[in-house]
Amino acid sequence: MNAVEVSELTVRFDSFTAVDRITFAVGVGEIFGFLGANGAGKTTTIRVLTGLLSPTEGRVRVAGRSFADGARTIKSRVGYMSQRFTLYDDLTVSENLAFTSGLRKIPPAVSAERIQRLLRFVGFNHSPSALVRDLPGGLKQDVSLVAALLHDPDIVFLDEPTAGVSPAARSKFWALIRGLAREGKTIFVTTHHMDEAEECGRIALMRAGRIIALDSPAELKAQSFPDPLLEIEWTAGAPAGWRESLLERGAASVVPYGLHHHVMVNNRAAWDRFVGEHTGRLTVRTIAPSLEDVFIRLVEGADR
Amino acid sequence: MTALTLAVADVHKQFRGATALAGAALRIEPGTLHGLIGPDGAGKTTLLRTLVGLLHPDRGTVVYQQDGRDVPLLVARPFIAYMPQQQSLYPDLSIQEHLEFFRDLYQIEYEAFAARARRLLRLTRLEDFKDRSAGHLSGGMYKKLGLMCALLPTPAALLLDEPTNGVDPISRREFWDLLYTLRDDGIAILIATAYMDEAERCDTVHLMEGGRIWSAGAPRRILAEEGASHFAELFVRRAAAGA
Repeated sequence: MNAVEVSELTVRFDSFTAVDRITFAVGVGEIFGFLGANGAGKTTTIRVLTGLLSPTEGRVRVAGRSFADGARTIKSRVGYMSQRFTLYDDLTVSENLAFTSGLRKIPPAVSAERIQRLLRFVGFNHSPSALVRDLPGGLKQDVSLVAALLHDPDIVFLDEPTAGVSPAARSKFWALIRGLAREGKTIFVTTHHMDEAEECGRIALMRAGRIIALDSPAELKAQSFPDPLLEIEWTAGAPAGWRESLLERGAASVVPYGLHHHVMVNNRAAWDRFVGEHTGRLTVRTIAPSLEDVFIRLVEGADR
Repeated sequence: MTALTLAVADVHKQFRGATALAGAALRIEPGTLHGLIGPDGAGKTTLLRTLVGLLHPDRGTVVYQQDGRDVPLLVARPFIAYMPQQQSLYPDLSIQEHLEFFRDLYQIEYEAFAARARRLLRLTRLEDFKDRSAGHLSGGMYKKLGLMCALLPTPAALLLDEPTNGVDPISRREFWDLLYTLRDDGIAILIATAYMDEAERCDTVHLMEGGRIWSAGAPRRILAEEGASHFAELFVRRAAAGA
């Protein structure tokens, strides 16, 4: 059984179609990335999957529950963590977690045991009576994760979970997420951070209410860039108008990247001539496309 | 156009006993794009605010050079644009109304303003949205509007505090394309960011943590010297070593 099954889901607000007949499934224990530009329909989809919004059309099953069973049965099986708001700054760590337990109607004995176990799991070594406002970003995030896990959900939704925390705290956070997935929790992540997207087993890319790509990061790169991506550097100054001339002759795109440029070639013979004309002034190396390159290429392709 | 160089040396700053800057130093030349890279709390914002003259360091020097000569802050300040992290734009005003409001504030001649506004709208690709109110712009467009307002008085230096936070990859790349155009116009640019992948987009990076800059130089050179494949790895390794 899949953790999430979505079939022909459509959500309309009056005459505006926010989500347009999307179909996908997420397996149990999968780390699934959900990407798209602002306004692509990601948040609307997540509101449906967390039981906050009913579909206009189509079928949705989350942890085996559907809307026919009542939105509350979906809500009881999902956890949600956002960078922006999960904890109250003016409450202590213990108070925040007790409050969440109350909301989720977890019996006190169960909740006490879980809080201890989860704080151990995230490696929380601070005082639980510290005010949340006094914790560094990385620790706040660990406590948010504990709060999202208290009712033992099958699926955890992470909304840009590591925006603004240090790289070290981030790498630790992702080790925790991988641990959860190994235990069989399903992880559903939305992010604009491409290095977070790299952590996902599969990624769905949304554009104008539709899913325009869905695959593993490696496969998406291979599909979007059948030709190599090249990085060039002018070692002795760039000739005037070279970008325009290259675009006319045989490059699909020329994008500045620091002191270098990234070039995507679509006419190999013309490119080889260009390199030949500038021997000794141009260094060229093949680079692996980043997920950001893939994202941009796929979205631009869908726009055409 | 005025050429402006900004430099700080050994600046220290404390806030109620907490150390924000502990001997930071850097130098930004005209026509170069520098990155200030570090996690939250590294001191990036304090350093930017020091360069703009909004904060005075407890110790250390801040130097401004205009066309090669040292000038006091008061002379340099009109040529420095600063885009803070939290922008206060007016949700009810349209893009065009923002530009006219800032024209008034900066007292720019109308003809110069018209040409300038046209170019900025073209560069930011916001021409088609100029009648849309700021409250109805996407995250990326909102940031670009903030940048336009900062660029209206034709600055020679541009300081940006995490301008691409929460902005989707396409808008982010457009924003960077815009920065390259400004750099090639001769503007000195310093951009603070917590996105490690943005480090490689800069000409020079300054890696910051604990109020000081622990490494600076061309991104590729730093990675090669440290034997790291990317900047996140470098910061993680450093944290593990307890530095």
